[in-house]
Amino acid sequence: MQTTSNVAELAALCKSMRREVIEMITDAKSGHPGGSLSAVEIVVTLFMDVMRHDPANPKWKDRDHFILSKGHCCPILYAVMAECGYCPKDQLNTLRKLGSIYQGHPDVRFLPALEATTGSLGQGLSLAIGMGLAARLDKSPSRTFVVLGDGEIQEGQIWEAAMFGGFHKVDNVVAIVDSNRIQLDGFVKDIMDESPLAEKWSSFNWHVIELDGHDIGALQKAFAEAAAMKGQPTVIIAHTVKGKGVSFMENNPKYHGTAPTVEEEARALAELA
Amino acid sequence: MPAKTKFELKPGLATREAFGKALAALGKVNPNVVVLDADLSKSTYTAEFGKAFPDRFFECGIAEANMVGIGAGLASVGKIPFASSFSVFLLNKGFEQLRVTAALPNVNLKIVGTHSGISIGEDGPSQMSVEDLSLACSLPGFTVMSPADEVATMALVKRAADVFGPMFIRTGRLKMPVIYAADQAFEIGKAIQLIDGADVTLIATGLMVAECIRAAETLEAEGISARVIDMHTIKPLDRDAITRAAKETGALVVAEEHLMDGGLGVRVAQVVGETHPTVMEFVGINNTYAESATPDQLLDKYGLRAVNVVAAARRALSRKR
Repeated sequence: MQTTSNVAELAALCKSMRREVIEMITDAKSGHPGGSLSAVEIVVTLFMDVMRHDPANPKWKDRDHFILSKGHCCPILYAVMAECGYCPKDQLNTLRKLGSIYQGHPDVRFLPALEATTGSLGQGLSLAIGMGLAARLDKSPSRTFVVLGDGEIQEGQIWEAAMFGGFHKVDNVVAIVDSNRIQLDGFVKDIMDESPLAEKWSSFNWHVIELDGHDIGALQKAFAEAAAMKGQPTVIIAHTVKGKGVSFMENNPKYHGTAPTVEEEARALAELA
Repeated sequence: MPAKTKFELKPGLATREAFGKALAALGKVNPNVVVLDADLSKSTYTAEFGKAFPDRFFECGIAEANMVGIGAGLASVGKIPFASSFSVFLLNKGFEQLRVTAALPNVNLKIVGTHSGISIGEDGPSQMSVEDLSLACSLPGFTVMSPADEVATMALVKRAADVFGPMFIRTGRLKMPVIYAADQAFEIGKAIQLIDGADVTLIATGLMVAECIRAAETLEAEGISARVIDMHTIKPLDRDAITRAAKETGALVVAEEHLMDGGLGVRVAQVVGETHPTVMEFVGINNTYAESATPDQLLDKYGLRAVNVVAAARRALSRKR
């Protein structure tokens, strides 16, 4: 696996991952492009630069863990894991098909290199905290990163976990809220407004960082800040654009859960060339 | 065959208390065992472990869904977590988490419910778990156990830590008579025949095992030879013991402190339906929630006594060809 801290190289990889996402979901004829595209820089920066992990030894005891709590956005996770060498690139087009390791939502039974089975929203933060507690007990440097959707955090379990994480000072856990402002039924502010979001996390005793979730340099800086944070878990509120990189998908609730047509795929790939 | 005098049914611990003792003992020998509780550790008896091993004890507050999720996270990286609460909260409030983060990825999470059934008494139906066996059995890959006394509880909790996989152990609030000798061996999924008999088999779990022993004594006085089986593991079921009982005695009574829907009774019926269709009768809670009263009053009112088992056995025998 070729890791890099070079922002230009990471940005180039992000573009190529966006192409993979579009191709996978078009082939599958169903899936969630919008939230996959909004999370690209977050997932790429973690796997290619920040996290300590080894595709040749996926269960290495002291590895960092990644959980995609917003499991419906797994195409970006699969694409990046395949890029790292965890799983075959040439099977990415089997997404959502019978027998594929690339299930519609992440499922460790089919892809054991995944850290968690997700898809039912609201559960990943609790899992991350469990992993964080285990690392603390084992005096392991292992850290756990969990990506949450901004729609997802309407689930009550997220706030049970947030309360626990802050109170128990689980500082080896980093939550990233992919705040793309759109959920299935429309805009988050219209469905169930969450503002003031930073204040909510802060009042649960989390260290809060807000940034542009497509700014790789800002993400790198934030992850370094989180690593240095002792006594408090960190949440990164990443302001993102749903459907980022494909003009007709950007900020369009339709592409939360609608696959591109073959014609749309061609337009999208042209924009991502 | 074991002499019936073996069953003096001397007073013993509540199975929840035996669980607490077993857990504290496990903590000493297995550093991977960790414990989670949701503000009930004095009632679930996990407090003893917490006192002895504070670093490995996680107080989750009144938030069972999160507790199950954290337990699943701990399990997925190699710990052996025991998460405990009243059965009703663990299974009902934690069910979705048990499904997606424990059963689906098949992690090594152990959940132990206390205050199961209606025998908790005065607290009433919101605290009474009458559907936990059904819920737990509907989780693919889960092992589901319901020990009858302190000896069984201590042995099965210990076994649970040694065997990989998600498990539910059901315990109760009431002090239970001691059925087993301290050195009795228990194997997960292997029923124990307590009394042999030729005319009818009484298959019971949890609190109803002692009631069935008493029922067998009453039936014996009437000249009816009743076999008694402790089905301490509900899933996987001991199909051989059930089929043998069906073939050899030709009539079965299944007794459980649980709704008759989805519990041990229907699971036993499923087995004999496949292997040896047999006359069956059921003793359990019939399509209702209970109420506040003393445990004794409730067990009488809702028909969970030896006398109810005896009546069911007579019904079964009257229908037997």
